[in-house]
Amino acid sequence: MNIDKRLVRKDSLEKLFDILKQNSKKIYAPSEKNGKITFRDAENFKGISTGYIQTTQSSKDITFPRAEKILDYSKSKEGMSVKGIDLKEIPEIILWGVRPCDANGIGELSSIFNWDYKDEIYNNRLSKVTVFGFSCNKSDEYCFCTSVGGNPGNTLGSDILFTRMGDDGDYLAEILTEKGNVIVSIAPQLFEKSENSEKEKYLAEVPVRFNHEEIKNKLDKFFESKEWIEQSLRCLGCGACAYVCPTCACFDIQDEAHGKKGSRVRCWDSCGFSHFTIHTSGHNPRDAQSQRWRQRIMHKFSYMPERLSVYGCTGCGRCSRACPVDMNILENLISIQEVTI
Amino acid sequence: MIDNLYMPYLMRIERITYEAPGVKTFMLKFVNDADQEKFSYKAGQFGEYSVYGVGESTFCIASPPTRKGYIECTFRQTGKVTNALSGCEEGSIIGFRGPYGNVFPIDEWKGKSLLFIAGGIALPPMRCVIWNALDLRENFKDITIIYGARTVKDLVYKEELKDWELRKDVRLVTTVDPGGESPDWKGEVGFVPTIVEKIAPSSKDTIAIVCGPPVMIKYTFPVLAKLGFTDEMIYTTLENRMKCGFGKCGRCNVGKVYVCKDGPVFTAAQLKELPDEY
Repeated sequence: MNIDKRLVRKDSLEKLFDILKQNSKKIYAPSEKNGKITFRDAENFKGISTGYIQTTQSSKDITFPRAEKILDYSKSKEGMSVKGIDLKEIPEIILWGVRPCDANGIGELSSIFNWDYKDEIYNNRLSKVTVFGFSCNKSDEYCFCTSVGGNPGNTLGSDILFTRMGDDGDYLAEILTEKGNVIVSIAPQLFEKSENSEKEKYLAEVPVRFNHEEIKNKLDKFFESKEWIEQSLRCLGCGACAYVCPTCACFDIQDEAHGKKGSRVRCWDSCGFSHFTIHTSGHNPRDAQSQRWRQRIMHKFSYMPERLSVYGCTGCGRCSRACPVDMNILENLISIQEVTI
Repeated sequence: MIDNLYMPYLMRIERITYEAPGVKTFMLKFVNDADQEKFSYKAGQFGEYSVYGVGESTFCIASPPTRKGYIECTFRQTGKVTNALSGCEEGSIIGFRGPYGNVFPIDEWKGKSLLFIAGGIALPPMRCVIWNALDLRENFKDITIIYGARTVKDLVYKEELKDWELRKDVRLVTTVDPGGESPDWKGEVGFVPTIVEKIAPSSKDTIAIVCGPPVMIKYTFPVLAKLGFTDEMIYTTLENRMKCGFGKCGRCNVGKVYVCKDGPVFTAAQLKELPDEY
């Protein structure tokens, strides 16, 4: 496929932001608050963080909010009335500054929300998001996108992918989808004809550290391995890994009551929590932290590839950065590859 | 309006039956006729029942699809939601979404004998199949039901047990755990696996359906094997914790198998393939 490649001058990015704002577009972009970089409703271009390797939180909560109302109810003398979420109220959003690993995660998340039953709340949110990916020109020791099929200039999941050509250079913009074309049509003068369309030399180097196919095949016979206990000895079961993960989709459904009215809310959950699978009887199929750690790895590297034909990991490395006891998923995966069964 | 997977049907509690200490059966009717019309299910499927403001809870549909116009569920009061359900009165409105999960392949069992073995609160998932089979009685040969509970008081569906007892086309054996009998108890005394061994039902052309606490299942399977049942002739259900019911919330899986989508009905042969995580 021939990708439409354009040049966006470094000072045109701010103009693009302003024009989109003038066109009443809602833009969510990374900004820093208390040392953490998160996607927030961006008021102005100056507030957008640059130079980050990775945002603290992924962009997941734009399509899969941390706590999302799924219905409202109210009780009265006349009876009960229940109203579902009004999908028309979901705003159109431009997601600005997404790293290729997060953009890739959107597709992985979509497979979970669309195998067999289609989750139209999720799909509706996604249909209203235009993703501005920004390639990575630097990485750190936690990054491993290339080991799970991604790369620092991966176009998958982005509607437009911007690659900065040099530290203070202009941007190469790859217009990848119809949503991307719509943006170009709003500010065509900023998307100039591109002479230079090679982006590879500007991308960060992320060495391949393990073979995901090999790990997947090995996991088929790895369920009873002692390695799970070894790896999870210090796991606190805090769930931070799941909360920062761009592809973790486990959720809980809870009711919030306020007198005779209330809502039902779908909220993030984590397979690392001890109560996640506990039965009413008290029996817990995943009673030990090692079983919960096994579930996390098996789900992402064995069950998802087998059932959904995608991996549940984009190699963003956030879980390792966020872990309070310094568990490192990359090290753990490498050791699964190396250990003999 | 785009389908909201999480949107329950509104159901009116038409009748409440007290079954055993802490155990009730609700007969539920759809508040909206249009919902009733498009709703259909098969034996073995389950749903999410909810009290608005408290939450959702997962149980099977305990009434057979051969009885139209209503569904029933039987639950024991144990947690937050079942406590709230238990506090509901006839006429109250609750939520229900479903049906979810796979089914007992009752059509494939045509011409065979059926052996039902249930323990305690696990009779409800089986009751749906039992009545389904009894409503199509001519399709099956012998029907045997072995049902046990801890004590006489804990036996559920007491009226229906009497009914099955009187029917000439059903063989019902009830039992209670040693020490659980009352002075006028006429049934068996002993744990379910022991009674199955004692009754020794024939395995010839027979499908065994076993539901009960894990320990009962564990000790019943070897007895059935001794009686000549192969793993493919034995069916059971798994009851893992669930939230969504349709394979997304991520907690009911046993290895790569999702109880909510691939189950809850499994053969003993399928269970043996699963890792020990249920």
